[in-house]
Amino acid sequence: MEATIPRTEAAEPVLSIRELVVEIPTRRGVLRPVDRVSFDIAPGEILGVVGESGAGKSMTGNAVIGILDRPARIASGEVRLNGARIDDAAPESLRALRGKEMGMIFQDPLTSLNPLLRIGDQLSETMLAHLPVGESEARERAVAALDEVGIPGASQRVRGYPHEFSGGMRQRVVIALALCAEPSLVIADEPTTALDVSVQAQIIGLLKRLCRERGTAVMLITHDMGVIAEAADRVAVMYAGRLAELGPVRDVIQRPRHPYTDGLMGSTPLASRGLGRLRQIPGAMPRLGNPPPGCAFAPRCPKARDACRLDPRPEISGSGGGAACLFPMEAA
Amino acid sequence: MTVLVRISNLTRVFDVSKPWLNRVIERLPRATLTAVRGVDLEIGEREVYALVGESGSGKSTIGKMVVGLLPPSGGSVEIDGVDPARETDREALGRLRADVQMIFQDPYASLNPRWKVRDIINEPVAARGGDASGLAGRLLEKVGLDAEDGEKFPHEFSGGQRQRIGIARALASGPRFIVCDEPTSALDVSVQAQVLNLMSDLKDDLGLTLLFISHDLTIVRHMADKIGVLYLGHLVEEAPPDELFGDPKHPYTRMLLAAAPRIDGFGREAEPPKGEIPDPINPPPGCAFNPRCALADEVCRARHPELRSLRGARVACHFAE
Amino acid sequence: MIPARDSDPRPAADAAPSRKEGSAAPTEAARPRPSRVARAWDSDFAHNFRHSPVAMASAFVVALLICAAVFAPLVSPHDPFDPGSLDLLNGFSAPMRPNEFTGDVFWLGTDDQGRDVFSTILHGMRISLFVGFAAVLFAMILGVALGLLAGYRGGWTETVIMRVADVQLTFPSILVALLIFGIAKGVTPVEYRDQMAIWVLILAIGLSDWVQFARVVRGATLVEKNKEYVQAARLIGRSPGAIMTRHILPNVLSPVLVIATISLALAIIAEATLSFLGVGAPPTTPSLGTLIRIGQEFLFSGEWWILLFPAFTLLALALSVNLLGDWLRDALNPRLR
Repeated sequence: MEATIPRTEAAEPVLSIRELVVEIPTRRGVLRPVDRVSFDIAPGEILGVVGESGAGKSMTGNAVIGILDRPARIASGEVRLNGARIDDAAPESLRALRGKEMGMIFQDPLTSLNPLLRIGDQLSETMLAHLPVGESEARERAVAALDEVGIPGASQRVRGYPHEFSGGMRQRVVIALALCAEPSLVIADEPTTALDVSVQAQIIGLLKRLCRERGTAVMLITHDMGVIAEAADRVAVMYAGRLAELGPVRDVIQRPRHPYTDGLMGSTPLASRGLGRLRQIPGAMPRLGNPPPGCAFAPRCPKARDACRLDPRPEISGSGGGAACLFPMEAA
Repeated sequence: MTVLVRISNLTRVFDVSKPWLNRVIERLPRATLTAVRGVDLEIGEREVYALVGESGSGKSTIGKMVVGLLPPSGGSVEIDGVDPARETDREALGRLRADVQMIFQDPYASLNPRWKVRDIINEPVAARGGDASGLAGRLLEKVGLDAEDGEKFPHEFSGGQRQRIGIARALASGPRFIVCDEPTSALDVSVQAQVLNLMSDLKDDLGLTLLFISHDLTIVRHMADKIGVLYLGHLVEEAPPDELFGDPKHPYTRMLLAAAPRIDGFGREAEPPKGEIPDPINPPPGCAFNPRCALADEVCRARHPELRSLRGARVACHFAE
Repeated sequence: MIPARDSDPRPAADAAPSRKEGSAAPTEAARPRPSRVARAWDSDFAHNFRHSPVAMASAFVVALLICAAVFAPLVSPHDPFDPGSLDLLNGFSAPMRPNEFTGDVFWLGTDDQGRDVFSTILHGMRISLFVGFAAVLFAMILGVALGLLAGYRGGWTETVIMRVADVQLTFPSILVALLIFGIAKGVTPVEYRDQMAIWVLILAIGLSDWVQFARVVRGATLVEKNKEYVQAARLIGRSPGAIMTRHILPNVLSPVLVIATISLALAIIAEATLSFLGVGAPPTTPSLGTLIRIGQEFLFSGEWWILLFPAFTLLALALSVNLLGDWLRDALNPRLR
């Protein structure tokens, strides 16, 4: 249960989340879509957050950005951006941080773009608000930003409206918009789920390249293990609002230690694997308001023993990562 | 192997013109979108045929025409020798309705929320005046749910369970041929595996023939006997899975295989594919893939390649060899 | 981005696994299903109702008024429609004061002919409510049927139905009602006119009100008919009639319920307006509107009660039905909140 890899604390993390709890009070009790989640993201690092629907991955991202929809709220824990706490920041200061320090990319590009404004105006407006630039420089930079995300004919397309762009091109514009104020953290929530495979590869490649060049930290939220494998440096596997496993992407995917991660890998159809039955995890994720005692995965786990069904639940020990499991899988 | 479904020169054109008045004022011509262009394919008895393509490839349109939800603009679909669009014999049509079923994409929209699960499953039999007593219970157990679940309403089930209910409904009339339109694309990975395994068991048990429509090449590899790749309404390649994955002949198939994210592709820095799918209202001349193709030549821009046989596969490319 | 509300069936249902599918959460499966009543009481709808004072108060007022109207013959102290029981000497009695000639006390006073105002209000409300309910029912059946047809069939059917609706919307509904009332009056023989008056009212109000139902149902039908469950029904060869009534209709009913409630308030007011204008219920069987028309003749001669009590009743009825309708709309459409 000891940490698999002692992480070298070279630089101070851009984002640091400690014991984050998000609660939704309802009349049938309090739901915990995010339950004591902790992780760091270093500068230039891409952390993949993976899990099935309802695992709490989007809710974690929204809590960091401070756009939780009421009545959901951060109940306890800490979110630090470049060392400063932002979970208890006032709405106005958070709004200033969004765009400046935190860029956002959502699944549907249209939610991030104003349909009534020209693309160039949206870009230069963001830069004027957050960077020490003048109008004309902002306009020049807008063209450069579009060029950088691979939009052909950028100098003409800055005058286009969002609806004049295709889905993939729109997502490129959103990336340009998220990165134009040179934020230290980008939160990308299912950025390629709505796109076709061939376009998805382009977008992922673009995101990787730009963030590496600028040293931007990325929290990449997705349900697609393949995307994680190709893009992320480290991966956090979430299950029922909790972290199931955290570690370098190669270790987690090739030698999963949590039985849930193992099951998830087994049920992912692989091009490189031949014919035959897929492995399946029986059952479904437990209800938010009614998690079982002990490990949330125990009811579906092939290796669960009595100890797994008792509180306190297993935690990830050590700061570098590991699996929240009492009986982790042996490294194969 | 006898052929159960024969699709010949199937074409579907949609009218996407603006309303009449706008056309007159803005002097626009009528606009048409050809979603499916002259597709020929055959599905053998007890075979699983997978149709794969990205958005706008026409895969769902083909599925709807095959089951008769959409009339073809040209060409024909024959199921066991009966063409639903031309057949006039009511008895033959009724038999066809029982023989052909569909499993839908969205488990949240495919079950009537106001109906009990039992009534949903029984409907294909009950609507025809057949005896449906005990049918729902038997089918629910067959798809891995409880017989008592029939008394519940759809909202009491998870996505994966709903898809099982949709499968039970599709089985109710005792069909021989089922069209599955992206049956797992709305499901989580672990649940997707449950549903795919269930479908493959049922296929073996009941001797079903399946047309499996998907945007994801990797998930059909497990089930399909033959895979057809569609691009902008054209069938560009057709091959058994091992052949297709081992020796893809069409540049588009190769691109799709290369672009799919791979679970073992750590930090892969492959050159991503060029360009996007063209506007289907204004497709490029010649081969539809030519603007994105590295091999493209004058001939590709001028002439549309015909589908031809090549080493156990069929491929529509001037340069495939 | 929408947090999982407990009324949202998806996240909750995602966790209710079947016993066969896995061994998860046995407690969930073992618990017996609560009865229909218990589930209804525990539903979000009922919970919402119990936590909305406005909804509860207006429901209480509506229920009270409806009961009073339904049981008017039993509840009311006098029968205002029996000329034999009236005593002209009781005319113009003030509320709660003994009449100067007969010494009788009337809670809400009497009118010029000595009819007890409280009793006439109860009986008048009976007529108002009957006309209101019947007119809304008529409008609803007509509007829902045409809306379903327009939405499902499309093409020319839709164009004709919706253009007629559009044209009708350009006229104020009271004008439409007046027109229909006038035509109906012209074609009914004089001796049946008073008997027919109520039915003509219902027809007039109903015909002026179907458009809203048709529009909403058409819109909802357009959404529903593209859902896969409708495709599944088409696939097994169900007739368009069966698909419209058995599949689509149950799924478009909740907005219809909201509109019906709000329409009820409007229909009651329309009836009162028509009766006030003298083209509605005859004075022999007065509705609330008729009572207000009679009452306003006496307002400036000091007999205020003849006008004010019926007017107040009409206000209470229309307002509480309207508030109930508003609440219903919010409760059934969580996204609008």
